[in-house]
Amino acid sequence: MSSDNIKLLKNPFNLSNPITVQVLGICSALAVTVQMKPALIMALSVTIVTGFSNLIISLLRNTIPSRIRIIVQLVVIAALVIIVDQLLKAYVYDVSKKLSVFVGLIITNCILMGRLEAFAMSNKPIPSFIDGIGNGIGYGLILVLVAFLRELFGSGKIYGYQVVPQFLYDLGYENNGLMILPPMALIIIGIIIWVQRSYNPNLIEK
Amino acid sequence: MESLFNLFVKSIFIDNMIFAYFLGMCSYLAVSKTVKTSFGLGIAVTFVLLITVPVNWLLDNYMLKAGALSWLGDDFKGVDLSFLSFIMFIAVIAAIVQLVEMVIEKYSPPLYNALGIFLPLIAVNCAILGGALFMQEREYQTISEATVYAAGSGIGWFLAIISIAAIREKISYSNIPPALRGLGITFIITGLMAIAFMSFMGIKL
Repeated sequence: MSSDNIKLLKNPFNLSNPITVQVLGICSALAVTVQMKPALIMALSVTIVTGFSNLIISLLRNTIPSRIRIIVQLVVIAALVIIVDQLLKAYVYDVSKKLSVFVGLIITNCILMGRLEAFAMSNKPIPSFIDGIGNGIGYGLILVLVAFLRELFGSGKIYGYQVVPQFLYDLGYENNGLMILPPMALIIIGIIIWVQRSYNPNLIEK
Repeated sequence: MESLFNLFVKSIFIDNMIFAYFLGMCSYLAVSKTVKTSFGLGIAVTFVLLITVPVNWLLDNYMLKAGALSWLGDDFKGVDLSFLSFIMFIAVIAAIVQLVEMVIEKYSPPLYNALGIFLPLIAVNCAILGGALFMQEREYQTISEATVYAAGSGIGWFLAIISIAAIREKISYSNIPPALRGLGITFIITGLMAIAFMSFMGIKL
C-alpha cells in the first residue's frame, strides 16, 4: 500500500476521528455502548457499510446527476444496511435484538453521508474504499472505548466476563449504576474529547 | 384518551429523543449555537415527524408487515415485506421532505425563509427515521397513537435543542479549559441535562 493510502486509513483513528473531531455519527455511538459485544458488532457493521458505500458511490460518481445524488446515496446505503441487518438477524439474533432500531439508523448515520459527500464523490474507488474503512474503524475505536469504560464500571464485566472479583464486592464495592444509564455516555465522550484535545492542541476550538 | 395523553407526555419527557436515545445528535450539536436557528430547526423537525410517522404507519400496516397485504386478496396473506422497511421508510421521508419544502415555498414564503436551509438536511436526521423505526418496533395499534407519539417526540426534541442553545449562548462568556471548549463542554452539559430529565422517569398520568 502506498503511503497516501496508509494515511487515509490511519488519519481517522485520531486526528480526523469521525466522532470526536468531525462530529459525525454521534447518535448510534452513544446508544449502543452499554456493553462491549453490541458495540463491537455495531462498529463492524458500520465499517462494512462505510467501506462498501464509499466504493459503490465512487464507482458511480461520474454517472450520478448532482441534483438527485442524495437520494441515490440513500438508496445505496439503505440496500447495504438491509443486507447487514438480515445477516445480523441470521447469525447473532440476540445482539440484533439489543441493537434494535440502531441498525436501521446506520442509514442516517452522518458518517456515511459525510464521507460520501466529502470524499467518495470526488475520488477514485480504491482510496474511497480505504477512507471508508478507516472512518469506520475510527468510529469503532471510540465506540469500543466508551463501551469498555461503561461495562467495566457499570456492571464489573468486560465483554460479558466478570472481571471485578467477588471479594471486592464483599468488601463493599458497588457497581456504578449511573454508568449504564444514557447520560454517562455523553459525559464519557465529553471527557474523551477533552483528553484528546489536550494532547493535540491544534484541534482546540477558538 | 387517557392513554394517548400518557403517551404524549411520556414521549416528550421520559422517552425524549435526545436524552434517552440520542437521536438527531448530529444536527443537535451542529445547529445549537444560537437560539434563533435552533428554534427553526426544532419546528421543522416536529413538523416533518408529524407528517412522516403517520404515513409510515400506514405503509407499515397496509404494505410491509406480515399479512398486511391481505386486503389485496387471499393470495397475498402470507407475504411479509418487512425486510424492505428501511428502504421504504427512508424513501418516504426523503420524498415527503421534498414535498413539504415545495408546498411551504409556494404557500408560506415567510415560513419557508425561516426553515429553508434546514428542510433538506432533515431527510438525513436520525430523529426522523428513528421516529419511524420506533413506531414500527413498539407496534402502535392505531394511527392516532402513532401521531401522538410523533408530536410528543418532536416537541421533546424541540425542547432539548432550545435549552442547549440557550445554555451555549450563556456559556460563551465563561472560562472553560481550552481543550474542553466547544464540543467537549456541550457533551457534558447534555449529559447533565439528561440526568435532570431522568427525574421524570416513572411518571404516569
